[in-house]
Amino acid sequence: MAAERITVYVDGAAVTVSANDSAASAALQAGIGYTRLSPITGEKRAPYCMMGMCFECLMVIDGVPSRQACMVTVRPGMRIERQTGARVLS
Amino acid sequence: MNVTCDFLVIGAGPAGMAAAATAARLGLSTVLVDEQATLGWQIYRQVEGRGDNPPGVSHLDWVRGAALAAEFRASGAAYQSGTQVWQLDKDRKVYVTDGTKAACIVARRVFIATGAMERPVPLPGWTLPGVMTVGAAQIRYKTSQWVPQDGAWLAGSGPLVWLYAAQVLEAGGRIAGILDTAPPANTARALRHTMGALRNWATVQRGRALQQRVRAAGVAVYKHVSALEAKGDGQLSSVRYCINGQWHEKPASLLLLHQGVVPHAHATLSLDAAHRWDERQRCFAPVVDAWGNLSVDGYAAAGDCAGIVGAEASALQGRLAALEGARALGVIDATQRDAQAAPVRAALLRHLPIRPFLDALFAPRASLFEPADDVLVCRCESVTARQIRDAVALGCVGPNQMKAYTRCGMGPCQGRMCGLAATEIIARTRNVSPSEIGLFHVRPPLKPLSLSEFAALAEG
Ligand SMILES: Cc1cc2nc3c(=O)[nH]c(=O)nc-3n(C[C@H](O)[C@H](O)[C@H](O)COP(=O)(O)OP(=O)(O)OC[C@H]3O[C@@H](n4cnc5c(N)ncnc54)[C@H](O)[C@@H]3O)c2cc1C
Ligand code: FES
Repeated sequence: MAAERITVYVDGAAVTVSANDSAASAALQAGIGYTRLSPITGEKRAPYCMMGMCFECLMVIDGVPSRQACMVTVRPGMRIERQTGARVLS
Repeated sequence: MNVTCDFLVIGAGPAGMAAAATAARLGLSTVLVDEQATLGWQIYRQVEGRGDNPPGVSHLDWVRGAALAAEFRASGAAYQSGTQVWQLDKDRKVYVTDGTKAACIVARRVFIATGAMERPVPLPGWTLPGVMTVGAAQIRYKTSQWVPQDGAWLAGSGPLVWLYAAQVLEAGGRIAGILDTAPPANTARALRHTMGALRNWATVQRGRALQQRVRAAGVAVYKHVSALEAKGDGQLSSVRYCINGQWHEKPASLLLLHQGVVPHAHATLSLDAAHRWDERQRCFAPVVDAWGNLSVDGYAAAGDCAGIVGAEASALQGRLAALEGARALGVIDATQRDAQAAPVRAALLRHLPIRPFLDALFAPRASLFEPADDVLVCRCESVTARQIRDAVALGCVGPNQMKAYTRCGMGPCQGRMCGLAATEIIARTRNVSPSEIGLFHVRPPLKPLSLSEFAALAEG
């Protein structure tokens, strides 16, 4: 039984993913390469562990910054964006 | 909203599901919380989601996981998914958040089953996009059957490398090659533990069958890799590896690293429970008795978070901790507890003796714990191995002084990724055992919390 497919927006581009996927997985599938810039060095970073340990997947999800994208399950229409600014908690 | 219960279980892996089911069956009001969206964590991930029973390499795990999940669902224990624990108090007040609101659960007994994480081993270029862990890729496979099509490089040591490679091949994906970093001496060391392995020969055979499958599929396996580097400008473009002193370079778009798993002990560390250095598994683990009791009253821990034992032994240990919980709360007496524990302990004797064999066979290469000076150890704060060594030279003898001096471990991951690696570097620089160095102190919140989440707690 394959999971339902849904559409989310990664940096504005529509991507179809499994409804089980995490936002980080959707970003990887979208092929955007990096998902954030290190607030310390500006280096490009991307999800590393996919299990909530490394915090490399911090992204802006539906306008909320610094969400741990690998721990957020996608929802139809979700907006997933690269985080390029300083570290913030809303 | 605050909740009260007899038995709170943190973690819905095999240990947590088995403990919660056992406790609820004995009549304890039981709550299971887990930050993941689904039951079963990594090994039994999506056992409930997949109506089809996958054939092939994942079949056996699926059957066991589905049975545990069904037992748990039928037990009457409450389940809060997507719920992360961020603070544990000595008086068994446990603070959780669902990502929007924080809440407090007051429990008479708390059982910690936070499982394992992959051992982070810093190497040059490991922060490049395109470099991930094998476990990360396996999570994508388990959640949505994604496998690499362009050829992934797998590097490191551990049963997961072979299992994942077999899963990829079975699902029609491509492996570019396996860079095996296990040192040659591992085999001889493992053979000293053959007696233990014989007790669970089926597991050894399963592992060998996986390796044969991967080799038979024509995947290139490079043995005795002594050093690794990920190269690229803002994105992985190649992998360099050293065999017999010779460096080689291959184009790569995805490099998956793995050096075994270690206890995810953040919760027990934050409680200030006693911990021990395990030389065989090269990690710290909480000190527990035969029932999983921690040094902090009313708290227990078992499964991989108390020392790597594997999924089946984790479930059995979870059952023991629940029996002990029921005894401590007066629901059964010690004689009843021991009688119910006897078959569980007998089953454990089939699963535990193989560990020394597996630990030796897949032990990480010692030189990996001495990354070059310019390697980033702390990904969050971008702290290099040199900065850690310099701090030691300036008199920072332990991780906490080093942390204050370099900011290593002060980022959002709170030292999960750099803690063990930093301890290894300090230990080697000072030429003492990691047991003398210890780990970073872990302070709540276990993960960063937003102000709006806190606010919900105040409103009660
Ligand atoms: C990446 C990875 C891949 C693995 N793959 C395999 C495999 O394919 N086959 C195999 O046989 N073994 C595998 N293992 C080993 C296997 O997962 C473990 O042996 C087994 O799951 C241990 O069971 P456990 O119940 O102790 O903990 P786990 O199954 O690890 O469960 C721990 C649970 O605790 C939860 N948790 C942790 N911290 C918190 C918190 N603060 N708040 C709320 N919840 C929390 C986690 O979300 C998780 O669900 C893997 C391990 C890892 C780390
Ligand atoms: S990818 Fe590591 S925390 Fe999300």
